[in-house]
Amino acid sequence: MEKSAAPNPIVDMFDKIGKAADVIAADFYFFVCFLGEFAVAVKQIIRHPRKLRLKDMLYYLDMCGSQAMPIVLCICYLMGVILGFQFALQARKVGAEIYVADGVGFSILKELGPFMVAIICTGRAGSAFAAEIGTMKVNEEISALQTMGFSPVGFLVVPKLLAMLIATPLLIVFGDFAGLAGGFTVGITMMGLTPVSYIDRSLEVLLPSTMAMGVLKGLVFATIIALIGCMRGFQSKSDAQGVGRATTSAVVSSIFLIVVADAVLTRLYTLWGY
Amino acid sequence: MKEAETIVQVENLSVGYGKTVILENINFSVKSGEIFGILGGSGVGKSTLLKHIIGLYPPLKGDIKIFGCSMVNCPDWKKDELMRRFGVTYQGGALFGSMTVGENVSLPLETYTDLTKDEIAERVRKKLALVDLQGTEELMPAELSGGMKKRAGLARAMALDPSLLFFDEPSAGLDPITSVELDRLLLRLRNKFGTTIVIVSHELPSIFETTDTVIMLDKNTKTIAAEGDPKELRVNSPSPWVHHFLNREENDAPDDNLKNMKQEFSYASGK
Repeated sequence: MEKSAAPNPIVDMFDKIGKAADVIAADFYFFVCFLGEFAVAVKQIIRHPRKLRLKDMLYYLDMCGSQAMPIVLCICYLMGVILGFQFALQARKVGAEIYVADGVGFSILKELGPFMVAIICTGRAGSAFAAEIGTMKVNEEISALQTMGFSPVGFLVVPKLLAMLIATPLLIVFGDFAGLAGGFTVGITMMGLTPVSYIDRSLEVLLPSTMAMGVLKGLVFATIIALIGCMRGFQSKSDAQGVGRATTSAVVSSIFLIVVADAVLTRLYTLWGY
Repeated sequence: MKEAETIVQVENLSVGYGKTVILENINFSVKSGEIFGILGGSGVGKSTLLKHIIGLYPPLKGDIKIFGCSMVNCPDWKKDELMRRFGVTYQGGALFGSMTVGENVSLPLETYTDLTKDEIAERVRKKLALVDLQGTEELMPAELSGGMKKRAGLARAMALDPSLLFFDEPSAGLDPITSVELDRLLLRLRNKFGTTIVIVSHELPSIFETTDTVIMLDKNTKTIAAEGDPKELRVNSPSPWVHHFLNREENDAPDDNLKNMKQEFSYASGK
């Protein structure tokens, strides 16, 4: 019997790189096709607004928005407290306690508020979208939609995206205030600042545009979470493991893209002088 | 006598996924008012063939014409229009889990007709009554049994009064009594409304009870092994495999897959 050739590590490495590139290319191709279908679905809904599943949109608005509010408020408040502690430790060294308000305010409004809300939404909504669509695929509901002449993307993705575009900025606004409240708590309990001085300082340095920048990021994050969550659902294989993998992939891909988008937007904001 | 109109025409069809060919050179036609069966063993590709016929997947080769229009070479808008002219029921019913039974049935009516809410509610009530599901409008699909889900799926498929219905394994997983009831429902639909019906199944009692013509798919040749009246094929088929299948007899000459399975089993068990 002929002996099989010993594995060549270099060939093996190139083989793995090739296969990985193949997967990424296929993924990108699917994403482009998905975006194309999404654009067609949006165009159809603009032309025939009756096609929008308003009831579904309200359901997702409740699921992604109001139901997420307690956890968003809790996490953002604690984030404000943590940041407050860290800034307090540094500010105390140079006797600049009042700058805790600046540090917490800018960090929460420009970065951590939108980011934490995006992470929470990814865990709650993005994974739910992928699991829901994946399960619909297993149950042949997607096939049923197609044979009834519906565009699955228009039917399932558009209400979710619209709900996310409304819910995420609102969550960010509430999360921002909760984060500021966390910093405020540390400022007046640990740093010996008076409530009036802390609030005055915050109002002095934090402009409405500071919050608007974060909210604008939220719109980009919401789009990423909804589209990636739904796309992974459509990519899911028609079995239980496939749905599980799609859900995991939705969360991982969304977080990765959120971080990339955050970096790009932050750079753009600094270029524009914000 | 005028010949019945051809409703579904399948020409030189090859189906599969990627580079894998599952079935090839499939040719058949379904006439108006006919109950047509697609038969074959498990894993032969019956459901895959159906999914290609109804336009869910593009075929590797060949053409499918429904009501004289090609499902393969038509623009998407035309395909969507064609899809609205026939109904499909799936193995598990494929009801939308987030909607009530009534909402499931009313969905196509709300989207594609200008009926008022009252008219839609009345139509939904009638369709559900037709499948013996009166009063289930407010139930969620999770509250229905398997047979009820299938019937609710059928009510939804019939919502727009299509003249052509496709059924994927209608009797699978049903108890004998429910299965017989479903068979009678299919016959009633054909006899009362002249509906053309295509059934994918391997449930022989249902096939003999309902279908006028069947095609039998063979896993080894990947094509049609026999076509005709199932009762005649059961008696007169020249193919031993078809004869065995329709008479539920053990095949003396096991197919290659079975041989391979036996071989793998003997390797695995060390025999």
